[in-house]
Amino acid sequence: MTRFLLSRLGSAVIVVLGVACLVFFLIHLVPGDPVEVMLGESARPGDREALRRALGLDQPVHVQLLGFLKDLAHLDLGQSLYSKRAITGILAERIPATVELALAALLVAVVLAIPLGAVAAIRRSTGWDAAAMTFAVVGVSVPNFVMGPILILVFSFWLGWFPVSGKEGLGSLVLPALTLGTALSAILARMIRSSLLEVLGEDYIRTARAKGLSELQVVMRHAMKNATLPVITILGLQLGTLLGGAVITEIVFSWPGVGQLTIESIQRRDYPVLQACVLVISLAYVVVNTLTDLVYAWLDPRIRIGDAT
Amino acid sequence: MIRVWLPSLFLVTWILSALTSPVLPLSPNEVQLPKVLAGPMADAWFGHDELGRPLLDRVVAGARTSLLVAVSVVSISIVAGTLIGMISGWLGGVWDHVMVRIIDVFLAFPGILLAIALAGILGPGIENVVFALAAVGWVGFARLARAQTLSVKHREHVLAAVAMGSGTGRILVRHVLPLIAAPLIVEATFGVAGIIVAEAGLSFLGLGVQPPEASWGSVIREGTRYMLVAPHLVLIPSLVLMLVVLSVNLLGDALRDFLDVRAGEAP
Repeated sequence: MTRFLLSRLGSAVIVVLGVACLVFFLIHLVPGDPVEVMLGESARPGDREALRRALGLDQPVHVQLLGFLKDLAHLDLGQSLYSKRAITGILAERIPATVELALAALLVAVVLAIPLGAVAAIRRSTGWDAAAMTFAVVGVSVPNFVMGPILILVFSFWLGWFPVSGKEGLGSLVLPALTLGTALSAILARMIRSSLLEVLGEDYIRTARAKGLSELQVVMRHAMKNATLPVITILGLQLGTLLGGAVITEIVFSWPGVGQLTIESIQRRDYPVLQACVLVISLAYVVVNTLTDLVYAWLDPRIRIGDAT
Repeated sequence: MIRVWLPSLFLVTWILSALTSPVLPLSPNEVQLPKVLAGPMADAWFGHDELGRPLLDRVVAGARTSLLVAVSVVSISIVAGTLIGMISGWLGGVWDHVMVRIIDVFLAFPGILLAIALAGILGPGIENVVFALAAVGWVGFARLARAQTLSVKHREHVLAAVAMGSGTGRILVRHVLPLIAAPLIVEATFGVAGIIVAEAGLSFLGLGVQPPEASWGSVIREGTRYMLVAPHLVLIPSLVLMLVVLSVNLLGDALRDFLDVRAGEAP
């Protein structure tokens, strides 16, 4: 277990370093002179030189990279070119909104997926199964930027149940969370179904049935527990898609999170903020994935004990 | 069989209209102010947009954009990814170790995020969209090709080729590639669906093709501003996009069953 833990943490650290380096090089992909692009052509030479020095672009690349990593280690992400504020401060304002949205979307996904997957597995090869799996295929094929506007049209404009956009109270969270969670729920429902079908063939399920438990009890008390294990890994992996989709969902609903900040920083050519956004979202993904792996190993004795021997 | 021919029908329509759109009598950029926001009618099946441009023509023009981007990105990704993955899996050792780390780093970027950042930094334009999506897209193919290469590397016929002194390139192309092609082709099919959505997503964010050029994503984005008075501007291109993506996914499923590729990933 200790060895598994250490190797998993070790590779996480390497990935984090790699992500930081890649994000660092983003600014060097700006076509032409990044300073000119950021300040515009009419900027005074003095201002340009000042920004060049502030961003460290006057130094050799390896010095820049080391400086970038060093600042990062001190949680110093630099300054926004647009608002002149410390980027860590800006991010601190935006992160809670994105976390709230992501958690709500996860909740939506799980709440939708468990009954769908369970029904599809129990009533295998019936109309129920077909209906649930049709939802799964369609759900995966509906992008966020289609789902969002359609939900706004129906539930905000026509029915008037929820606000169109912005972040005010719980009501405004419903549509963005549905938008972001539906696609994930479709993937999860498929996973839960196949995972349940596998578990339902096990001996202990036959035993549970033989002692006269109802089908609902068999599934919920005995099968679901083991069937959710592989689903946890998928949940961790899919969080990446969720966070990427959050960028588009936040734009659709004017949700003041990191995703919206990402697009704003692109529009303002505020590249240091863009780098910081990409970095923060990716790091969150790496951390959650590593945690998922560890939790998985902890939950599943076959991995926990099997590794020790 | 309906699961195959109906999606095929949609795809053929998509590809044909995309390929023939330059010679069709279309006017996707023609402004007709009297018809601003007009709904679907007999001579304009999809209605008109906020500048009175015929939506059908714009959707067909968008089909061209999505096909062009999807085909370019998937071709570049599959060639680059397969090459890198096969060589990495075949050589093993330090090179393989480094490649796996690089792949891990790319996979650490959530979904479309890296493409958004790249497209945002490179600026709008179809070439930059292709570059940004291919820079993200090769990774999946590389991982798959590497895993598959590892699994066939020690087969007898490969060992025989090695023993007979064939060159590495010849072994990889003649003896390894044919065995690992099926899962890669299935992955490419799903890749097309993913790229269609990603391109439309970038265009929706304003990072894709620039006006007046049409993309399904930009058409949907422009439509959202007039949703209350002219919902067809969002609903129709959305429906078209969904039908195409759904069709590609269904055909991908069918292809996977046909080629008998196990779902999920090799170790």
